[in-house]
Amino acid sequence: MRINLVLVAFAMTLVSCQREERDLRLDPPLSAALDKVALMSNGIAGAPPEAYFALDRPYESNAYDLSQGKRLYSWFGCKSCHGDGQGGIGPSFLDGWWYYGPEMVSIFASIRDGRPHGMPAFRDKMTTEQIWQLAGYVQTIGAYSAKTAAPGRDDDKQTRPAENRAPAAKLFDQGPKPVHLDQGPTP
Amino acid sequence: VKACYNRALPLLAFFLLTGCAGWQSALDAHGASAISIKQLIILIVLACSVVWMLVMMALIAALRRGRTEQHWPKLDSRHERGMSGIVIAATVVTTVVIGGFTVASFFTTRALSAAGPDDLTIRVGGSQWWWNVEYVDPQPERSFRTANEIHIPVGRNVRFQLEGDDVIHSFWVPSLAGKQDLIPGRPNELSIRAEHEGVYRGQCAEFCGLQHAHMAFLVIADSQDAFNSWADAQRQSAVAASDAEAAAGHDAFLAKACASCHTIRGTSASGTTGPDLTHVGSRKYIAAGLFETSRGSLAAWIADPQTLKPGNNMPMVPLTADELRSISAYMANLK
Repeated sequence: MRINLVLVAFAMTLVSCQREERDLRLDPPLSAALDKVALMSNGIAGAPPEAYFALDRPYESNAYDLSQGKRLYSWFGCKSCHGDGQGGIGPSFLDGWWYYGPEMVSIFASIRDGRPHGMPAFRDKMTTEQIWQLAGYVQTIGAYSAKTAAPGRDDDKQTRPAENRAPAAKLFDQGPKPVHLDQGPTP
Repeated sequence: VKACYNRALPLLAFFLLTGCAGWQSALDAHGASAISIKQLIILIVLACSVVWMLVMMALIAALRRGRTEQHWPKLDSRHERGMSGIVIAATVVTTVVIGGFTVASFFTTRALSAAGPDDLTIRVGGSQWWWNVEYVDPQPERSFRTANEIHIPVGRNVRFQLEGDDVIHSFWVPSLAGKQDLIPGRPNELSIRAEHEGVYRGQCAEFCGLQHAHMAFLVIADSQDAFNSWADAQRQSAVAASDAEAAAGHDAFLAKACASCHTIRGTSASGTTGPDLTHVGSRKYIAAGLFETSRGSLAAWIADPQTLKPGNNMPMVPLTADELRSISAYMANLK
């Protein structure tokens, strides 16, 4: 009996050796397939390609991909319009309001194809994989629900809640006094 | 077994001695501070060897003494005083040796930090996993940027300003100087003076991630004239494409994602996330010491960087065969 318990405990410790997979090299055919998102005709919402589900939606939940997205956010100048996520010339990601919806495909399409009123297209500046990584990170900044994965921390000044804290959740909390007076119960 | 030993021992000695030479060895010192450090190492190793031999000889002598009663030390007051004398002498010698080491390392450290006036300032940024090198000149238009290959004039004091761009790295050219860390947000400085011309290899010496082992660079010490002509060439904008294929490569480079991370001065490519490629064809190695520069290695690198150096920040940009061929021709052309 006791020996069984010890064996189970040993097996449990081995489980912790399993670490998150990092897919460093996305096969070119897969990358081409990931580019084919089916958008609604107004460019808002739609369906990701089959390949996206076959990969088990890594860009939303894989810590490595989120960290790469965080790097791309600063490397590709997102800060110059969106700041640290609070917005500036461009809209904020923290207030829980998404002009084009909070789905990954919408964010992907915004980055890849650009949007009216100043959002440039990054189609020729980034690879498909990078756009997905960046979209995952942007979605994380203003998430409604907390994720278990988070991008790496850095030494910059903390100006907003951490990425995995779901900063938008409290904005839509009904509470005694809603932050947005015109908001519905859930987005 | 004995024959095996006879063959293995010279081989072992050979392998140990090969560590003393080469373009990346603290025992093959060619820089002012590396030479002082090497002298200190030799002094300490020699002194410690002598002390170790003496201790071992005393130990062997003690073990070989007879164990019969007539050899036992006599415990009368005269002999005891003799033995205390030996203990005191050994303590004094130990204190003198350690004191000597302290003084010697003090003078070595002082020699390292007092390099005299600087002739040249180079700013080195460590990134995962390559070195961004900026030659800083009081006249801004004479400053320029390169990567992974540092040229310095021989016999001059060169001040390196070191700072990490993402995580902590460490700048180490064993033949020229000791290590100095590159820390994000906290600039460090290191003075180097190469005493002899030559090509010295450097390496990141602080574990910085998956490709830490592939984060090498070269320091090339030239005569002042050769250095000046190299620096003048580096200040120039990129050469124009020499043939139709390279010209097509130039156009493809600007149309694709390449230009958003790399700079080629003289074109519209002005990204700063990746290494400056203005004169990439003139550098000895690409991808921080991974391959010697050739059109073939450039093409292999561009085609699939994640297989050659997994985890690095250059993505695999989808290119057609023609685009790959012309871009590699253009890169090799950028002398």
